Amino acid sequence: MTPKPYMNPYLAGVLLGLLLTATVYITGRGLGASGAMKSAAVATVETVAPSHASGTPYYREYQEEHPEGALKNWLVFEVIGVVIGAFLSGLLSNRLSFKLEHGPRTTRNIRIAGAIFGGALFGFGAQLGRGCTSGAALSGMGVLSTGGIITMMAIFGGAYAFAYFFRKLWV
Amino acid sequence: MGPLVPDIIGQNLNYVVALFIGVGFGWILEQAGFSTSKKLVGLFYGYDFTVLRVFFTAGVTAMFGIIILQHFGMLDINLVYINPTFLWSAIVGGVIMGLGFVVGGFCPGTSVCAAAIGKKDAMLFVLGSLLGVLVFAEGYPLFEDLYKAGHWGSPHIFETMGLPKSVFVFLLTAVALIAFWAVTLVEARTNRETPKPWLLTRVGVTVAVVGIVIAVSGYFFPTQKEHYLYATHHQQGGGAAAVSGMSVDEFAFRLLDKDRRLRVVDFRDAAAAKSMPLPNAVPFTLENLFEKEPRRLLAQRGTINVFIAPDENTERRLATVAGELGYKNIRVLEGGLKAFEAAILNFDTTLVPATRQDVDTYRFRARARRDLPAVIAASANTAPVVKTIKRAVGGC
Repeated sequence: MTPKPYMNPYLAGVLLGLLLTATVYITGRGLGASGAMKSAAVATVETVAPSHASGTPYYREYQEEHPEGALKNWLVFEVIGVVIGAFLSGLLSNRLSFKLEHGPRTTRNIRIAGAIFGGALFGFGAQLGRGCTSGAALSGMGVLSTGGIITMMAIFGGAYAFAYFFRKLWV
Repeated sequence: MGPLVPDIIGQNLNYVVALFIGVGFGWILEQAGFSTSKKLVGLFYGYDFTVLRVFFTAGVTAMFGIIILQHFGMLDINLVYINPTFLWSAIVGGVIMGLGFVVGGFCPGTSVCAAAIGKKDAMLFVLGSLLGVLVFAEGYPLFEDLYKAGHWGSPHIFETMGLPKSVFVFLLTAVALIAFWAVTLVEARTNRETPKPWLLTRVGVTVAVVGIVIAVSGYFFPTQKEHYLYATHHQQGGGAAAVSGMSVDEFAFRLLDKDRRLRVVDFRDAAAAKSMPLPNAVPFTLENLFEKEPRRLLAQRGTINVFIAPDENTERRLATVAGELGYKNIRVLEGGLKAFEAAILNFDTTLVPATRQDVDTYRFRARARRDLPAVIAASANTAPVVKTIKRAVGGC
């Protein structure tokens, strides 16, 4: 079956904006994603190396903020929802498939390395910048936060600045 | 009044809400095409600006949505998480994320979304981002100074820029519309096509009309606060009668009696309140009536909230606003605090009572004049409890 066409981007934007408004109205906070990755990373360290986790201030601080366990976090539940929502959407639009996408002028191995390394950079940057494109940039723009909007400009400004050097990966 | 967490929706139900919000989030991202890195990075190479369209539309819509909720008194922004500003970590972290974006082709939210429909590159990106978090966690002492540098608190962007909020909102919306137009031209040039229409489509026109109606309605509908202040200002006679008064004698009696049901809602300024503290007094302002957390105090059952201000007119105006907002057990001190001071605290004991009833009043007021200063002095030691406002915890 052929995949269905994507939604009109402006319509998707309005829906996403309304969802963010509802999220702020109900919970008093915005959307996010990288926070769940932090929870997962901390939970992994706690399981694999409990003594290391309890001996390092950074993990201890996180444990104090999450007395019921690293995974009992609002964003973890939200991201589980994202997985479900995206899967259902992909299922209904015939877009489910196992594949590794890469640009026309690059190889599988380069794409694999790029995805892992790019993910690591994003994960690191999101910790340093206190949020990613969802938690800092989008939600920050919704509540007109100075910090969120600076982060947003730095993400997209940085991406444009580096785009030329990595063009062979994509076009 | 929002946010609904934590008093209407409890902490555990909030996790269920998070799950449903996530389902909506993932569904919208996938439907918009954010589940493929090719579409995402198109933004940086000029061949596909879907990300910019969705992102900017969502940001502007949410901005309007939140402003409208505030405008009509449905959301107390003081309780909403505003991302804090740490200038240097925001810039350096942002640039690193930008590099991660062009190298990896995703951002965290979209990678989860793409991984959910089976994209292996997205799964690797998620794995990579876990590693990135670990690097940050392990090396935290090295980055701590940068992480905490340039802390500006949690300002709003329009405050930082020194612009009125409405001007900033207008500018941001204008920038978004110009960007939507410009990217269609760039896209067409990159892909060697004729530019696609962007505004004169059905969705575009609908969104534009709704947006304009919303923006203009802000001028016609006053904010909830303005509405009530206007309404109460113009009905000083009729509306004021709805709030029952409390005589200075009753007030003095309840104070002497140490009546626990009595709550003094103190609208005096801080200096006046400090020079003459009252038992069970809570400092309050007109602003507080429109804020979620302080208002909850007025809703407690079994208490009599006596509004205190220097004069009765001010008290009645405030009490009428509170009444309009739906609070019932509110009374005002008759004659205001001025009358209370004149008739009780500075009671003229040289007066000669004429009638039998006056004799009773005389005796009571003389006793109150003698005993109340001790009660007031005692209350000075137990400073009024100021409820601290707790913002929602958010961010990534």
